[in-house]
Amino acid sequence: MPSPVLDRAWALAPQVSVRPEPFGALLYHFGTRRLSFLKDRRLLAVVQGLADAPTARAACTGAGIGPAEIGPYERALARLTDTAMLEERRP
Amino acid sequence: MSVAIPLVEHFARGLDAPICLTWELTYACNLACRHCLSSSGRRDPAELSTAEAKAVIDELERMQVFYVNIGGGEPTIRPDFWELVDYATAHHVGVKFSTNGVRITPEVAGRLAASDYVDVQISLDGATAEVNDAVRGEGSFATATTAMEHLAAAGFGGFKVSVVCTRHNIAQLDAFKAIADRYGAQLRLTRLRPSGRGADVWDELHPTAAQQRELYDWLLAHGEGVLTGDSFFHLAGYGEALPGLNLCGAGRVVCLIDPVGDVYACPFAIHDAFRAGNVRHPGGFAAVWRESELFRTLRGPQAGGACAACSAYDSCRGGCMAAKFFTGLPLDGPDPECVKGFGELRLASVEPGSAPKPSLDHSRPATAVPVTLQRRRPPDRACDENPLTLTVR
Repeated sequence: MPSPVLDRAWALAPQVSVRPEPFGALLYHFGTRRLSFLKDRRLLAVVQGLADAPTARAACTGAGIGPAEIGPYERALARLTDTAMLEERRP
Repeated sequence: MSVAIPLVEHFARGLDAPICLTWELTYACNLACRHCLSSSGRRDPAELSTAEAKAVIDELERMQVFYVNIGGGEPTIRPDFWELVDYATAHHVGVKFSTNGVRITPEVAGRLAASDYVDVQISLDGATAEVNDAVRGEGSFATATTAMEHLAAAGFGGFKVSVVCTRHNIAQLDAFKAIADRYGAQLRLTRLRPSGRGADVWDELHPTAAQQRELYDWLLAHGEGVLTGDSFFHLAGYGEALPGLNLCGAGRVVCLIDPVGDVYACPFAIHDAFRAGNVRHPGGFAAVWRESELFRTLRGPQAGGACAACSAYDSCRGGCMAAKFFTGLPLDGPDPECVKGFGELRLASVEPGSAPKPSLDHSRPATAVPVTLQRRRPPDRACDENPLTLTVR
């Protein structure tokens, strides 16, 4: 079944700043003034790979995340789209 | 997703750079609030120059500090205030500043509304002039209201209405929310600390035990819609944690830079015991943040002391360091407002006058606001640049 998050193309919103940390990363959106935590280095790799990947699913694959473990990443990405940290990229 | 240690532990052990920090730009203030945590009033002749302040901003940019909470004193009365705000935002350091509203003219409001990188907090400690002005001084409610009108008229959505919770305004929580809603603003409630002049009025102004419970229930009911700056983590001892990190971030994820460049563990701890260094010293702010002995200690394991045996310790972690310190309680003991009542018991044995006094006092002589408010305790009921919004779990 196509996923509304995984099968689309995304990029970090232009107003978002990313600060890598040993546990993952801090994300701050200057427009919404919202801070988010990426609690996993691989999630950071996914987020950083989004802009160059055709879909979020491809970005996950690129970060070494297989289908069996993709669930938590899909939920985390969905949360980031809900909070406008990520914006849909249209070709 | 598996992580070796919980995220909150990473924060407790300290980050290479603060997430945000408080920067008080001046000790000068047009008001003389009775509970001022920095004992502000007069400018200090040693305050950082424009060039020194810009050098600090350069460092914050290099360290990727997302934003600074600028305060004072009244920061907007510093002649270079807008210059520094523009410099910070041009260098990718967002600014949230706290003001009593005195300089928020329609023109200023228009300028602020045009920037994504500046946020404003209007301080209001009563939902009515009577309650507010008794603490903040005559006319301060009107000043704040005018500022809020200007911001709303300029289309500044989501500015903050920042309230220090006291015994006299807990009954006004819904009224504060209504004020914020009226201006399209967001309500922010923070804890009264016995810091600065706050130490002198804490006994009289801090919420009663029953009011604390009322506040906790109100905050739980309002969730993430009301900000708290993580200020009420000691209330987590009631059970469910409030939104936020629920940890003392002092020297770990936050700190304070004061007007003369001294770096303290947190904005509520302006005392030599919590001073980590000065941004004017070699290595600047980064060296203080990364190398100070004090901050290293704070990032190490903390002794729970008498609290360690308590069932609530994992939630409240013993509460607020500054609140304990300035009420004369040991740092490894209960918070003075411990929800289990242990703090109150301990306070009874603190010798009057023995609590440490703030190291600095910039109060203007004889400007204290006269006490005009009648005690309005309800009949015999006993009784934070939240900047930290956890969105990815």
